[in-house]
Amino acid sequence: MNPANSNSSGVGLVVRGLRKSFGGQEVLKGVDVTVQPGEIFVIMGPSGSGKSVLLKHLIGLETPDAGEILINGEPITAPEVAARYRMALVFQSGALLNSLTVGENVGLYLAEHRLKSPAEIEAVVAEKLADVGLKDAMNKMPAELSGGMKKRVAIARALVIEPQFILYDEPTSELDPLSAVVIGNEILALNRKIGVTSLVVSHDRDLAFGVADRIAVMAEGRILTIGTPDEVNKFNDPLVQSFLRADFKREN
Amino acid sequence: MLLFWRTLLALPQAWRQRRKVFDQFFEIGNASLLMVCVLSFFIGGVIALNFGPALVERSFTNAVGGVVGLAIAKELAPVMMAILIAGRIGSAMAAEIGSMSVYQEIDALRTMNINPIHYLVLPRILAIAVALPLLVIFSVLVGWFGGATVANFNHLMDIPYQVFLANLKDMVGLKDVVNGVFKSFCFALIVGTVSCHQGLTTIGGPRGIGRSVTKAVVNSIVLIVVFDYLLTRFMAQ
Repeated sequence: MNPANSNSSGVGLVVRGLRKSFGGQEVLKGVDVTVQPGEIFVIMGPSGSGKSVLLKHLIGLETPDAGEILINGEPITAPEVAARYRMALVFQSGALLNSLTVGENVGLYLAEHRLKSPAEIEAVVAEKLADVGLKDAMNKMPAELSGGMKKRVAIARALVIEPQFILYDEPTSELDPLSAVVIGNEILALNRKIGVTSLVVSHDRDLAFGVADRIAVMAEGRILTIGTPDEVNKFNDPLVQSFLRADFKREN
Repeated sequence: MLLFWRTLLALPQAWRQRRKVFDQFFEIGNASLLMVCVLSFFIGGVIALNFGPALVERSFTNAVGGVVGLAIAKELAPVMMAILIAGRIGSAMAAEIGSMSVYQEIDALRTMNINPIHYLVLPRILAIAVALPLLVIFSVLVGWFGGATVANFNHLMDIPYQVFLANLKDMVGLKDVVNGVFKSFCFALIVGTVSCHQGLTTIGGPRGIGRSVTKAVVNSIVLIVVFDYLLTRFMAQ
């Protein structure tokens, strides 16, 4: 991530034959995905399907056993390539630093890399927090926030990086439907406003079909199908359909 | 060792991280000063109580101050303070960094291109490397005072403060105190590195954090005792 790079247009991403094992258990079994610049791409799948592991590979927190990840056609595993693009990950838990205030969390990237003066950082933090509807939370501690607020702060923290590629890990998990809609709208608004390429990993069907330009369904470490929400909805595969149509049955 | 080496490589970042170093330094001093004071006073007292009467009985009254002074300066203050700091500060470091590992805060730092060694490890190791030797100097002085007080008031010794301190001055040189302080500096590096390493490698939930804290304290104490022997041997030559 190069802070000096001011190009804020979204980037394209290609994943080819990605494989990863942990302790002899293969979690990713040859994943192939292409994400177009500026699109909102959602990866759906049941828990344990390998979605979050894939996400960690894309942001550089894991290294693959085999396969490649290309960003705008260049391998992301090369440090000089990774340094050229600004990417941000919004963690499932928010992953805010609990010892810092909300404002310090959001401004951490700028402060640690000394990109702006303290007064400028405060202004940027206030602006980003206002963008996610939390302008009054600057001096609060993460422990004082609700789950939805923590995720919005995590989004604000990601926005400070001015990312070209933003990854969301289960952004609506543990949220009530209203907060989930707020987060979904946030993802859409950011994509439309700054053209950032967005990759959302989620098992929330409402979110996926509400925000996605394209959806991939993943199960047992493999991509089962990729397409527009309509195409995926009509995809005739028992595993995909059972995931998409899963519902309670109440017998009277 | 790898973490220690990486921390050494990160030393040029020390000035940038000075605020965090001062915060950690204050935390260590604030948390430990009273405990160091109480512990050192009674260690000095108990050493005087153990050795003083036996020495006086054998007409070595003039050696009481020196024996107590040497034992505290060269051995007891550095080792006991290092063990105290391992238990009080090392455990807190392992728990804090371990909790950050478990709750993905360290992953979050990495995604922001912030090196956890620069941000978390370097300030802690620097702070403890400065704080522990200072605490040991303080501990030596309080320990001497504790020994002198017991020697003065214990009816089996009845050694006045002035005599005790004069004897101590005769037997204990600056070199002895420096030896102890140097040992404490090495122990500080051990406690800091072991505790941060345990924190960074924490996996699992709260049980993993607990395991890391225990390992940080136990491993630190074992290494302190082993290195105490090696350093004493090395410095005796």
